[in-house]
Amino acid sequence: MLNAVDREIPEYLEGYGKMKLFDKFKEGSVKDLDRFQDRLVYPNRKKIISSIKRAVEAVGLKDGMTISFHHHFRSGDLTINLVLNELASMGFKDLIVSASSLTDVHAALIPLVREGVIRKFETSGLRGGLAEFISNGMMEIPIQIRSHGGRARAIVNGDLHIDVAFLGVSSCDVYGNANGFTGQNACGSLGYAKVDAEYADHVVMITDNLVECPNIPFSIPQNQVDHVVVVDKVGDTAGIMSGATRFTKNPRDLLIARHAADVVEASGYFYDGFSLQTGSGGASLATTRFLSEKMARRDIKASFALGGITGQIVKMHEEGLIGKLLDVQSFDLTAVQSLRKNPNHYEISAAYYANPDDEGSAVNQLDVVILSALEIDVDFNVNVMTGSDGVIRGASGGHCDTAAGACVTIIVAPLLRGRIPTVCDRVHTIITPGKTVDVLVTDQGIAVNPLRPELQERLMKSGLPVCSIEDLKERAYKLTGVPREIRVEDRIVGVVNYRDGSVIDVIRQVAK
Amino acid sequence: MDIVKTGIAGTLESSDLMVTIKESGEDGIHLELKSTVQQQFGEEIKEVALAVLRQYGVKRCKVSIEDKGALDCTVIARVRTAVSRACGNVKYNWEVGR
Amino acid sequence: MISRLRRTMLYAPGNNAGMVRDVHIYGSDSIMFDLEDSVSVHEKDSARFLVYQTLRTMDYGRKETVVRVNGLDTPYGLEDFNAIVRAKPDIIRLPKTETPEDVMEADRLITGIEEEIGMEVGTIKMFAAIESALGILNAYPIAKASKRLVGIAIGAEDYVTDLKTTRSKEGVELLMARSQIVVAARAAGISAIDTVFSDVDDEEGLIRETALVKQLGFDGKSVINPRQIDPVHKIFTPGSKEIHNALNVIEAIKEAEAKGSGVISLNGKMIDKPIVDRAKRVLDLAVVARAYNPESGEVLC
Repeated sequence: MLNAVDREIPEYLEGYGKMKLFDKFKEGSVKDLDRFQDRLVYPNRKKIISSIKRAVEAVGLKDGMTISFHHHFRSGDLTINLVLNELASMGFKDLIVSASSLTDVHAALIPLVREGVIRKFETSGLRGGLAEFISNGMMEIPIQIRSHGGRARAIVNGDLHIDVAFLGVSSCDVYGNANGFTGQNACGSLGYAKVDAEYADHVVMITDNLVECPNIPFSIPQNQVDHVVVVDKVGDTAGIMSGATRFTKNPRDLLIARHAADVVEASGYFYDGFSLQTGSGGASLATTRFLSEKMARRDIKASFALGGITGQIVKMHEEGLIGKLLDVQSFDLTAVQSLRKNPNHYEISAAYYANPDDEGSAVNQLDVVILSALEIDVDFNVNVMTGSDGVIRGASGGHCDTAAGACVTIIVAPLLRGRIPTVCDRVHTIITPGKTVDVLVTDQGIAVNPLRPELQERLMKSGLPVCSIEDLKERAYKLTGVPREIRVEDRIVGVVNYRDGSVIDVIRQVAK
Repeated sequence: MDIVKTGIAGTLESSDLMVTIKESGEDGIHLELKSTVQQQFGEEIKEVALAVLRQYGVKRCKVSIEDKGALDCTVIARVRTAVSRACGNVKYNWEVGR
Repeated sequence: MISRLRRTMLYAPGNNAGMVRDVHIYGSDSIMFDLEDSVSVHEKDSARFLVYQTLRTMDYGRKETVVRVNGLDTPYGLEDFNAIVRAKPDIIRLPKTETPEDVMEADRLITGIEEEIGMEVGTIKMFAAIESALGILNAYPIAKASKRLVGIAIGAEDYVTDLKTTRSKEGVELLMARSQIVVAARAAGISAIDTVFSDVDDEEGLIRETALVKQLGFDGKSVINPRQIDPVHKIFTPGSKEIHNALNVIEAIKEAEAKGSGVISLNGKMIDKPIVDRAKRVLDLAVVARAYNPESGEVLC
C-alpha cells in the first residue's frame, strides 16, 4: 500500500502488527490559515492564540462540558471571571465549573448561573456572595465539595474528567512552559494546577507575562499545554495574602498557640527529623513561633514542612529549623519569593500532596498537623464549611486529607466565638470525621480523642490541662446556654465528598 | 417605672450589645432584636431582656437591641443600664450573691 | 507558708464586655476588673452593672478576683461599694490611698454592708494602691490600717506626676517609693505589687523592669495585656537552678541535724538561718507555682 507520501508500506508486519498508514494531507488538506493571522500578531507564535475566544474554538469546547481552574491567586483571582464571561458571550450553556476552590470574588458569576451558562460548581470551598446565593437554594444542581486530595484523586482516576483547563500563570513561554513564582503578578506554587494540566483533555494557559523560551524552571511543562493566551492581567498578587498570614497579636490566639506547641512537644512526635503542617489561621500560624523556640531550645530540627507555605515557615526553613518545604500553595509573598530562591523549597502537585490512593502521598508522612475549626463536636467531627447561620463560608481544603495522614492531628479553636460554642453536640457540616482527629486545643482546656489513650497519657504526664471533650462542651454551654439547631430546608444545595469520593455529608438550604 | 427619656447602653463590639429604650405611646413592651446569633439564642435574649424590664416594673416602652453575641449576664447588665438611664438614673437595689 | 501567688494581676476595663468575659483564661494569678481609670465618667454606671452581673454569673474557680472601685471622694465610689461587695469578689482594690483613714473608711463601709446582708464580717479583703507622695510617706500606717488589707500596690503614673517629674526607662524616680512599699508591706506582713508597664510591645523593657522590682522584693506586678503574663511569671517563679540550690540547703540541714552537728556547711560555705529561710521560701513559691512537687521531689521547670 502506498501512503500519503508515496512509500510502499505493508498492511501487516510480523512483530509490529497492523500498520496504520501516514495519511496527512492525502485529501489535499492545507495548513490552518487562521493560525497565520495569529502569527502576524505574535511572530514567534508557536502555541500562542490571540484570544480566549479563539482558544475556546480551537479546543472544541461544547455545552455541558467540564472546565477547570486553580485558585492559587485566592481572592486576587481574575481568570475564572474573565474566562466565564467570555464563554457566556459566546453563548455557552450548562458548563460544569470545577475549580480547586472559589472565593468571594466569584460572586460575579451569579448572573451566569442565572443565565444558564454555569450548571454546576465543583470546588473545595466557597465564600461571600456566591456562597450565600447557593446556600439560599438559588442553584438547581447542588455544588460538589472535594478536599484537595480528594479532587486530585478524582482527576487521576477519572471520576472528574476535565475537558478544558484554563490556567492563569504569571510566567509562560510560547510553548506553554509555565510557573507561578516569577513575573509581576506571581502567586507561587501551581500545585493544584499541575494536576489539571496533566490530566485535562485540553489545557489553555492564560498569562500576562510572556517570557523567553524555554521558561526555566517551569512547573507545568509545554507537552501538557495546547494553547497560550496573553491577557492584560492574570491575577492580583495582593489577593493571595487575604490578611491571614501575619503573626497575630490576639492574646486568645496566642494562648491557644502556646498550648498547641506544648501539645506537640509532649505528643511523643517531637523528635529530631519530625515533620509538620500548619494551617493559615491565627492560632495555627502562631504555633510555629512557639514551636520554633522549643526546637531551638531542644536542638530539634524538622525534616520537612508541608502544604500551604507561609512566611513563618519560610523563616524557620531559612534559620535551619526545617530542612525542606513541600509547597502545594504559597500563602504569602515571602513564600513566593522563597519558592523562587530556596532550592529546598519545592513545589509539589495536589496529587503528590494528598491523593488518598497513593500510599506515598505527602500527608501520610506527616507527624503533626495543626488545623482550625469552625465547629467541633463531642465525637471530634470537624466543620470548616458552614457558619453559625448555616451559610457556606469556608473550604474543605486539605483538612480531612492531613487529618487522616498525620500521626497527631491537632485542632486549634477558641471555646466560644462570641456566643457560639465552638465545641458542640453535633456540627452542622462534617468535613473531617472525628476518628481522624486526635487532640483539640482551646483557650480553656485540651481534649484528647479517646481513640488515642497513649497520647492522653503523655499530655497529662507533662502537666497539660487535659479534660474530656464533653467537659469542654459543658463549660461552653454553661456560659452560652444550649444553642438551638440551625433551621434548614429539606433541599440539598451541596454534597460533601470525603477524600475517597464517598459522600460524608450534605449541605441543606438555609431556612427562608 | 416610667420611661422619661431615651436610654442607650452598650457597644457594638463582639460579645457586647447595644440597647436602646424609648418612650412609647402604646401600652406594652415592643422589643426588636437583631442578633448575630439570632437562630441559636434569639428567644433567650428576648426573654432575658423582658425579665429585666419586668423587674423594673416597666409597662410601656420601645426596646431595640443589636446583639453581637453577648452572654446573658452582659444582656442583663446592658438592659439594666439602659432602663436605669431611661428612667432617670434610678437607684438600683443590688442583690446579694449569685 | 505562702497560700497563693500574686505574680500577676491582669486588668480588664470594666466596661469592655469581651475582656470582662475572658480575663480569667490567660493564666494570671489574679484578675482585676476596673471601674476606675479605664472607665469614662459617662460609663461608670454601665461598667458597674456589667462587672456586678458578670461576677454574680461566672465561675472563676480558685482564681483571685479583684475589683478596683472608684475612690470614696468621687460621686461613684459609694455606689461601687454597694454593688460590688454584694457581688462578692475576693478583693476590693482602693485607688489613690493617701492616709490610713482612707482605708479605715472603706473598711467601715464594707463592714456595714457585710452586716446588712448577713455576710461574715471580713469576708471581702482589700488592696490599697498608693499613688502620691503623701501616700508613700504613709505606706506603713496604710498597710496596718485594716485587717482586710492583703496587699499594697504602687501606681506610678500619678505618683510621678505628684513628684513633679516624669517616668524614665531606668525608673530612678520610683526607686524610693518602690522600696518604701516593699518595706511597709513586709513590716505589715502583706503583699507588695508593682505598677503596670504600659508599652505592651516592649517585652525587653518589661523584663528589665520586672527583674528590678523582683530584686527589690516585690511579690508581683499588675499587667495590662495577657502577653505580659508569661515574661513576668518567668521572673517571679523560681527556676530549676534556684530550686536545686534550695533543695541542697535543706538537705544539708537535715544531714547536719542527723549527725548532731551544730555547724552546717554546703560546698565550704556556712549556712545560717537567713539562708535556710530563703531556701524555704524558694521551695514554698516553687510548690505554689507548680515548679516543684514536694511529694515526688520532681523539679518541673
